[in-house]
Parts: sequence; structure tokens; C-alpha cells
Amino acid sequence: MNEWTNTGREPDPLPSSLPGPTAPGLGEPQAEVEETLKRIQSHKGVIGTMVVNAEGIPIRTTLDNSTTVQYAGLLHHLTMKAKSTVRDIDPQNDLTFLRIRSKKHEIMVAPDKEYLLIVIQNPCE
Amino acid sequence: MEIVYVYVKKRSEFGKQCNFSDRQAELNIDIMPNPELAEQFVERNPVDTGIQCSISMSEHEANSERFEMETRGVNHVEGGWPKDVNPLELEQTIRFRKKVEKDENYVNAIMQLGSIMEHCIKQNNAIDIYEEYFNDEEAMEVMEEDPSAKTINVFRDPQEIKRAATHLSWHPDGNRKLAVAYSCLDFQRAPVGMSSDSYIWDLACWDTRKGSLVAELSTIESSHRDPVYGTIWLQSKTGTECFSASTDGQVMWWDIRKMSEPTEVVILDITKKEQLENALGAISLEFESTLPTKFMVGTEQGIVISCNRKAKTSAEKIVCTFPGHHGPIYALQRNPFYPKNFLTVGDWTARIWSEDSRESSIMWTKYHMAYLTDAAWSPVRPTVFFTTRMDGTLDIWDFMFEQCDPTLSLKVCDEALFCLRVQDNGCLIACGSQLGTTTLLEVSPGLSTLQRNEKNVASSMFERETRREKILEARHREMRLKEKGKAEGRDEEQTDEELAVDLEALVSKAEEEFFDIIFAELKKKEADAIKLTPVPQQPSPEEDQVVEEGEEAAGEEGDEEVEEDLA
Repeated sequence: MNEWTNTGREPDPLPSSLPGPTAPGLGEPQAEVEETLKRIQSHKGVIGTMVVNAEGIPIRTTLDNSTTVQYAGLLHHLTMKAKSTVRDIDPQNDLTFLRIRSKKHEIMVAPDKEYLLIVIQNPCE
Repeated sequence: MEIVYVYVKKRSEFGKQCNFSDRQAELNIDIMPNPELAEQFVERNPVDTGIQCSISMSEHEANSERFEMETRGVNHVEGGWPKDVNPLELEQTIRFRKKVEKDENYVNAIMQLGSIMEHCIKQNNAIDIYEEYFNDEEAMEVMEEDPSAKTINVFRDPQEIKRAATHLSWHPDGNRKLAVAYSCLDFQRAPVGMSSDSYIWDLACWDTRKGSLVAELSTIESSHRDPVYGTIWLQSKTGTECFSASTDGQVMWWDIRKMSEPTEVVILDITKKEQLENALGAISLEFESTLPTKFMVGTEQGIVISCNRKAKTSAEKIVCTFPGHHGPIYALQRNPFYPKNFLTVGDWTARIWSEDSRESSIMWTKYHMAYLTDAAWSPVRPTVFFTTRMDGTLDIWDFMFEQCDPTLSLKVCDEALFCLRVQDNGCLIACGSQLGTTTLLEVSPGLSTLQRNEKNVASSMFERETRREKILEARHREMRLKEKGKAEGRDEEQTDEELAVDLEALVSKAEEEFFDIIFAELKKKEADAIKLTPVPQQPSPEEDQVVEEGEEAAGEEGDEEVEEDLA
């Protein structure tokens, strides 16, 4: 299975002496983010993708607002609980990923200090 | 004792104030101590008393009013926007979002999380780890058990001089009784003192209700002329019909109520001319109640004849023949699950036939060292059957499992086993031997419970083998037609005398070759003591030669055919 790892940023734009392309320098990482999220959404079986911050505000989402907020609220608590569980068992350990497999689909949560990346996938095998 | 002081006062003086005055003490009562009372008590020394040197306090309980609590989740409809952002205004929210997206933390976080997430998504797509594995193999429990059978009981012939147990039958209700028929097959050589039950020349009917004497006896003139080898009750409304077969070549139908004459007679002449001289002696009889108009007869000559009872003329009664055995067919039984297939036992092999394939059997065992005497299908499993041999061995075959060898081979006794009957539940087998001992065996549950898929496997196996035989048959027919064509081309050139001579020469030549092959095989077998190779089918090319009227070219073709088969 080919693993698509992002090995770093794209090569630096041409030196400023030359009239380079008009794309803003700050736009690059954002473009990558866009690309990443788009790629995730386009995988087989993915129903929805969401990025939520710690207060439950959906930053990027492909589902409607109310669903997103519901997911955000519930999954935030669950992730906190899971994280504290992992750390209680072993303080050196930390939660990296949370996968909830249900009858209908699978909810995958990638937690960060401030944000949560949530993907709902339907593995259709 | 009561201490009482009585005084008197005038009524007018009630309520007057009291005047007190001093006076000397007066002794009113003096109660002396009573030492007898001391005996009611026991002196205790030392005495324990608790003393506390503290403030004395008291305890009170009080309960305040209950405070009711409830745990509830909250369904947020909107996230926790900071104070300055009004969630209802689209512009403000968008602006907020854009601000967050520009945050470096955000970018790094997303990149990192994104890669982890993609990995898991791809994993999910690649493999479904939650699927049902091993769905079909749930009920595998019985298969691991080794097939086995153990002897439960042995019944011996109560008479002193041992006779062979030639036939067994289980009681149809309850399967708890077994009837064993003893007979002495060497009638002329019976030693003195042997009890006189022996052959049944006439058809005799015993009624268990009337006692042990013969209830009905058929007349000698109209009965069989040779020993009767097979009798079966028929399924009929009156319940009194049966039929019998004997080696004189006749099959007769009887009605028990009128035993003086058979109701019907069929002569087993396969050339359909109804000549008794040509008739084949019948050894075994088979009738299945689910196919009431058909019955089958196994003959001494090794041919199975399938007959139709309802045919109009006697000639049409014989429907078809199944040649293939070299010796008398001792047992013939249809498969209880697939009545189109039947099992025969004769000479040294057991063969399974299909009604569709008339020229040869579809499956057969290898040639054994001892003669096979009886065979029976298991009533519960379509792929299991049992055979008995002259050397006293009982073989259990399961051709779903293994087709070349018996699954289980048991040496029941040292003398020959003559007959075999399986009980209806498939667990118990009774086999009778030459010295009259009947052994009752119980088979392991693996051999007497229907396995999963067994019916499908059995039917597909039968079909496959039938198809194979059909293809072979067609091929043979083609070759024969070709020969005939060629032979007819050369026919005009030959004279009759040549034909007669040729026939004999051909026959002797064929015999020579046959024996050569047999000797070669025997030598090979001796040299190669471990493996037994089945002898290739000799009879069909030979029969072809004998039946076709000795045309030389045909003979040559026949020889070539023989050689081809050997190659």
C-alpha cells in the first residue's frame, strides 16, 4: 500500500530577483491544507470530513452545521476521556487516534491540542 | 413495714400559718439491719466503674432539605463562538474561520493529522477487518473424530452343530429385535443330527402370531424349481402380496391368501423369447416402495435386470440389463436417498450403478482378495455403505471421504460373513457368519450422522460419474460403428467356413492373451507387494468379439482394442 506522506513543503519559489508567479507566499501552506482535505474527502467510502476547534466551532466541514456541531460536542468529550484513560494507564503514553466502528460506518478522530479532525467513512467491502 | 405518723387537726384551723418550734429529736422508728438479707447478696471485690473527666455532651441529628441533581447531556446547536462573534451573522463567522485557517498551528496540525487519517482510511479500504471469517466452518465438530465401530453383542447359534446365518432382518418397529435365519447350504452333506431347517423350496410364510409352524405353503408344482434366494413383501393395499425369485430363472408374484398358484410369473430371459432354458438364475431381488412398478433382479451370471411390473406383455417386462459382474450378484440395493443409483456386490468387487448408464457401473471398488458376500447402504448417510467378505471382514466405505479404500475395515470373526443388515437409525449393524454367530456392532457417530453438504456431494459425485460413463459409452459406440463399417466393406470377400474357423481361432487367441495378461499382472503384484493395481476391464472387448459374428477384420480391430486398453 502506498503511503502518501507529506515529506515537507513544496520547493521554495523562484528567487525574488526574478519576477515570480503572483501566488502569495502565505497561500502555499493553505493550499496544501486544502489539497490534503480534498484528498481525504475524495477517498473511497468517505462520507464526511470535519475540522473542529476545541470550542466546538467547525472550521471546515462537508456536512451541515447542526450535524457537525453535534459530532464535535460528543466526540470532544469522548476524545478527552480516551486521552485521559490512556494517560492514566501510562503517563508516558498519549492518544494518537480514535476509531469508532459502528454498524453503519466508521468514525475516525485524529485529536490535536486544539483541533479535531473527524472523518466518517463507510468501508464498503 | 409501713411508717405512719397520724395527727389530728381541727377544721377551723385549716389554712392557718405554721408555727415552728424547736424540740429535741425523737426516735420514731429504728429498723435494725437484718443479717439474713445479706445472704442474698455476694460481695464483689474489686468493683469497676467508669469515670470520665470531661465535659458531658449530647448528640443530635438533623437532616437538611434534599437537593436534587440530574446528569444530562447538552445538545449544542451552535459551537462556542467567542463573545465578539455573532453566530447568526454569516460574515462574522466566515471572517473568524479565515483567521483560524491562517494560523500556523492550524496548518501544522492539519497536515499531521491528515497524514494519520489517510493511512487509516486506506487501511479501511484495503481490508475489512470486521468481516465474518470462517462462516462456513462452524459445525465442524464431528469430522475430526476417527471413524470407529465397536462390537456390542454376539449371538450364537443355539443348536449344537453350527449352521450358517444366511439372512438377517431388523424388526421394523423399535429396532430392538433381530430375526436371524439359519440354514445349511450343503443340504446333501448334512451330518447326522443337524436340525432340519434348510432350503425353502416352496414359498412358505410364517406367521409369528400363529406360532412357529408354517402358516401357508405354496404347492410344489407351481412353485420354483430351484432354491428360492430372494423374497420381498410388496407394498399393496391388501398387504398380502409378495414376490420371490430363484435360480430357476423365474420371478413369481404371490398373494398370501391364495398360495396354490402364483399370481404372476416372469421368466428372466434377456433375449426376450421367454425360454426357460435361456433364463438366468436369480440370486437377489430388490424392490423399493417408492418406485412401485419397478424392481430389479440380480442374477447368477453377473447381470442385473431391471424390470417393469406393469408392462403389458411378458416380453416387455424386462426393461434393461446391467452387465458387469463376473459372478453371481449377492446383494442389490438402491441408495435410500438417490433411488436412481444402486449398489451391487458380486465376485470380488462392489459396484455402484446409475440407471442411466446401462453399459457399466459408474463407480467400483478394487478387486479384493476375498469374495464379497453382502452389502448395504447406510440409511442415514447417502455416501456410506457397508460390505462383508468371505474372510470375516466388515468394510465401511465412505466415498465422500475416500474412494479407493474403505474408511474402516474391521475383522469381525475368523469365518466368512454371509450377511449384513443395518438398523434404520444407521448406528447398529448386524452381521451373520458361517458358524451362526451374529455380531452386533455400533458405529461411531461420525459415520451415522448426516454431514453438512453430504447430499450435495453425493448427488454431484453420482452425476459426475454417470456423465463420465456416458461419454465412455458414446465413444465405445462410435468405435464399434466404425468397425462395423469397415468390416462390412470387407464382408463380401469371405466365405462361411472361414467365418466359423475364424470364430474359434479368435476365441482361443483372445483366451491366450487374457491369460497372458493375468499372469503378467500376478507377477507384477508379487514383485510389488504393496500396491494393488486394478485389472483393466477385459469383458467388454471380449463380448464384442463373441457376439459379432467372427468377422476377421472386426476380430483384428478387437485385438487392437484389447491392446489399446492395456496400453
